[in-house]
Amino acid sequence: MIVATLAFYLFALLTVASAFMVIASKNPVHSVLFLILAFFNSAALFLLLGAEFIAMILVVVYVGAVAVLFLFVVMMLDINFSELRQGFLNYMPIGALVGFILLVEILLVVGGWHLDPDALTVVASPTSELGNMTNTEQIGNLLYTKYVYLFQAAGMVLLVAMIGAIVLTHRQRPGVKKQVIADQVYRRPEDAMAVRKVEPGQGV
Amino acid sequence: MEIGLAHYLILSAILLTFGVFGIFLNRKNVIVILMSIELILLSVNINLVAFSTFLGDMVGQVFTLFILTVAAGEAAIGLAILVVYFRNRGSIAVEDIHHMKG
Amino acid sequence: MMYVLIVFLPLIASLIAGLGGRKIGDLGSQIVTTGAVATSAILSWVAFFQVGIGGNPLTVELFTWISSGSFDVDWSLRIDTLTAVMLVVVNTVSGVVHLYSIGYMSHDPDKPRFMAYLSLFTFAMLMLVTSDNFLQLYFGWEGVGLASYLLIGFWFKKPSANAASMKAFVVNRVGDFGFALGIMAIYLVFDSISFDTVFAAAGSEAGKTFNFLGYDVDILTTICLLLFVGAMGKSAQLGLHTWLPDAMEGPTPVSALIHAATMVTAGVFMVARCSPIFEFAPTALAVVTVVGASTAFFAATVGLVQNDIKRVIAYSTCSQLGYMFFAIGVGAYPIAIFHLFTHAFFKALLFLGSGSVIHAVSDEQDMRKMGGLWKHIKITYVMMGIGTLALTGFPFLSGFYSKDAIIEAAYAFGPGVGEYAFWCGVGAAVLTSFYSWRLMFMTFHGEPRADKEVMSHIHESPSVMLIPLYILAAGALAAGAVFAPYFVGEHHEEFWGAAIFLGESNKVMEEFHHPPMWVIVLPMAAMALGFIVSWNMYIRRTDIPVQLAKTHSALYQFLLNKWYFDELYDYVFVRTSKWLGKKLWTIGDTKIIDGLGPNGVAARVVDLAKRASALQSGYLYHYAFAMLIGIAAFVSFFFLSGGGH
Repeated sequence: MIVATLAFYLFALLTVASAFMVIASKNPVHSVLFLILAFFNSAALFLLLGAEFIAMILVVVYVGAVAVLFLFVVMMLDINFSELRQGFLNYMPIGALVGFILLVEILLVVGGWHLDPDALTVVASPTSELGNMTNTEQIGNLLYTKYVYLFQAAGMVLLVAMIGAIVLTHRQRPGVKKQVIADQVYRRPEDAMAVRKVEPGQGV
Repeated sequence: MEIGLAHYLILSAILLTFGVFGIFLNRKNVIVILMSIELILLSVNINLVAFSTFLGDMVGQVFTLFILTVAAGEAAIGLAILVVYFRNRGSIAVEDIHHMKG
Repeated sequence: MMYVLIVFLPLIASLIAGLGGRKIGDLGSQIVTTGAVATSAILSWVAFFQVGIGGNPLTVELFTWISSGSFDVDWSLRIDTLTAVMLVVVNTVSGVVHLYSIGYMSHDPDKPRFMAYLSLFTFAMLMLVTSDNFLQLYFGWEGVGLASYLLIGFWFKKPSANAASMKAFVVNRVGDFGFALGIMAIYLVFDSISFDTVFAAAGSEAGKTFNFLGYDVDILTTICLLLFVGAMGKSAQLGLHTWLPDAMEGPTPVSALIHAATMVTAGVFMVARCSPIFEFAPTALAVVTVVGASTAFFAATVGLVQNDIKRVIAYSTCSQLGYMFFAIGVGAYPIAIFHLFTHAFFKALLFLGSGSVIHAVSDEQDMRKMGGLWKHIKITYVMMGIGTLALTGFPFLSGFYSKDAIIEAAYAFGPGVGEYAFWCGVGAAVLTSFYSWRLMFMTFHGEPRADKEVMSHIHESPSVMLIPLYILAAGALAAGAVFAPYFVGEHHEEFWGAAIFLGESNKVMEEFHHPPMWVIVLPMAAMALGFIVSWNMYIRRTDIPVQLAKTHSALYQFLLNKWYFDELYDYVFVRTSKWLGKKLWTIGDTKIIDGLGPNGVAARVVDLAKRASALQSGYLYHYAFAMLIGIAAFVSFFFLSGGGH
């Protein structure tokens, strides 16, 4: 079990460190890269928890799509290196205080919390033994049966997001040549051609 | 020592804090804000999956999927807005964005 | 019914003339008001013979006014002898003044307003004299004060008239304040303010005291002194007299009506009405005597050197009121009222006559610019002469009976305040005679000092102004001889009945009939002395006044400036009030109340708004920060208040 413990601490430490660097980096590209690192380490933690499907989805979707999107935008917007502007330190004390208070409270809640022995009996959808089904199968069993409407709704969300993104950023560029198939199909010979009598050697 | 639920919860809490700090402590640019939001959502995911494992309840992981979906959608829209804003204003330095000043 | 008519006819006429003056026109207003008051006058004489000489006092209840616990106030008309006498005085003089005003104010554009005010005044005065309780009396009291204000300031476009009317009202107010305190004290002590109840119970309260600032003060004396303060204000006694000379800014009929015969006598009437209370407060009566006697002497000294014809007569009124008060003070209430009765006639005569003179010399009031008029305005001259003779106490004219009676009563009262009053009265008689004849000589005799323009316009007044003079002259000549037996003579006890209460130790009314010979002769000698000196100074050798003024210039200035009372009051009261008012306004009102109140609140709101708007910085991360702080607060609150698990 020592390996599990060590692994947990390693991945946890890396996650925390990368999270910190995300917000502390001067270079925005570095920030994005650290975000990617954080995601990877979280995926590893999920693996340790036994949720391998979630872990892989994290890598594929978050890292592969979202973080790459971030990178694209960072590159496109051509953001400069920026010095840590003045005024950051003004908020430090209050921010630190507020954050500290929140942290302490969360810890107090966690520390004073204990698992209700009956909690295990009210499990909504219990996991079966690990040998029976893979994580993927278990999720699928639940997702497409009990939560199918939510699943469809999630699909809707993605659709709307896609449409929204396109609508927001699409712009008409002048000078772009495109094919308009309908025009091509509806062209008539009369519009395209004209028959002229040409004298030999004269030209049009 | 045995890695218990508490460890994961503490980790989640720390990540949450970092995410929240990132939103308002940065003066650099707006992208960092969006990334901080992703961090917050990540911390929530860790929380859910940890509970799911330790309670033996599958619902946590299903919900994590949904959160993932929404986070992706939200990141997309957020970045689209950012791009349009940048086209119009020419700067995404946080300090320059105060047009709603009352 | 007759009594209701007597009291309310003037009010109705006043309302008609005042509100409908434009519709019924000048002549209509004059006819309505004069007719109403004349009718009231005739009815008053009927009432006088019925109630006074016939001896049938009655009370006419009108309706209940206030009924609150033990504070019961009715509108009732109390008609006894005292009331009847006052009714006659008020209505007769008011009637002739109304008639006179038709002529005197014929050039004035505001005739309906004037007549309405005169009738309003008459109504208020009638209300005062027919009142059955203190609150009704106070109502009438204030009403006459109001009417006096309106009438003094009748020509309101003149700044001096405005100032004079305000001065009259404010000085009156000081007196009224004392009066109101007196009424409240009466209610506190007697639990009622109806005359019957209070007068019946007055005897039982005699000698009782209450504790004030560690001293035991006699209750009835306090009440009487407070009531007397009111009388001092209304009747222009020494201390609150400053308004009377300035009140001459009003038209002459006003001076005749209000400041000679009626309003200023309201104080005398009120004290006489409260005789049941005063008789049990000998200290208060002593104060009344001293104040009255001092006023009589003081006013006479000031009247010696005044140059405005109306002012001389005004100070004469003030002096005679002093006589009336010290008559009351020595316990001779009937004599005081008798003097009030006769004085009304001859003083109003003098005023209206002087109005006739002023009218003749084209509105000139300074006697130094008159002179040599007797040939041109003979009737006025004769009338003024009658008035002067009556005033100075020429034998067998009305003043002789009343004024000399007062002096004899003062002698009969005995040593102490009586002696003081006696000598003041005699001294004032000398001075009265002197300045009255001085007025006559300066105005009518000698070389004319007015310019040719004025002299060519001299004319006798029209009959509408002369008839009132005849009526008043008849009164001045005969009223004394005819009515003396009833007022102060053998029949005076049946005449007065219960209207005036005389205490057991009060023997003045009998004793004054038998004074030593020298006491009887002294007033007549005083009158003669004054006449001789005046004749000497103003007919025989007219350079004496000027020389005397030069040699004794300090004394002359002192008298001319009315003993510097106005300057003293200005320094002590007026300046202090103005300073206080200004300080309260600038600091108290503007800085403190406005600063804490509306202005302050508004400024704080603006402050807060400015600070709140600083929260809207436009920076998103500020907003997010605020949200975070909010979350932290919520969680802390929930955590600390022991919320659920």
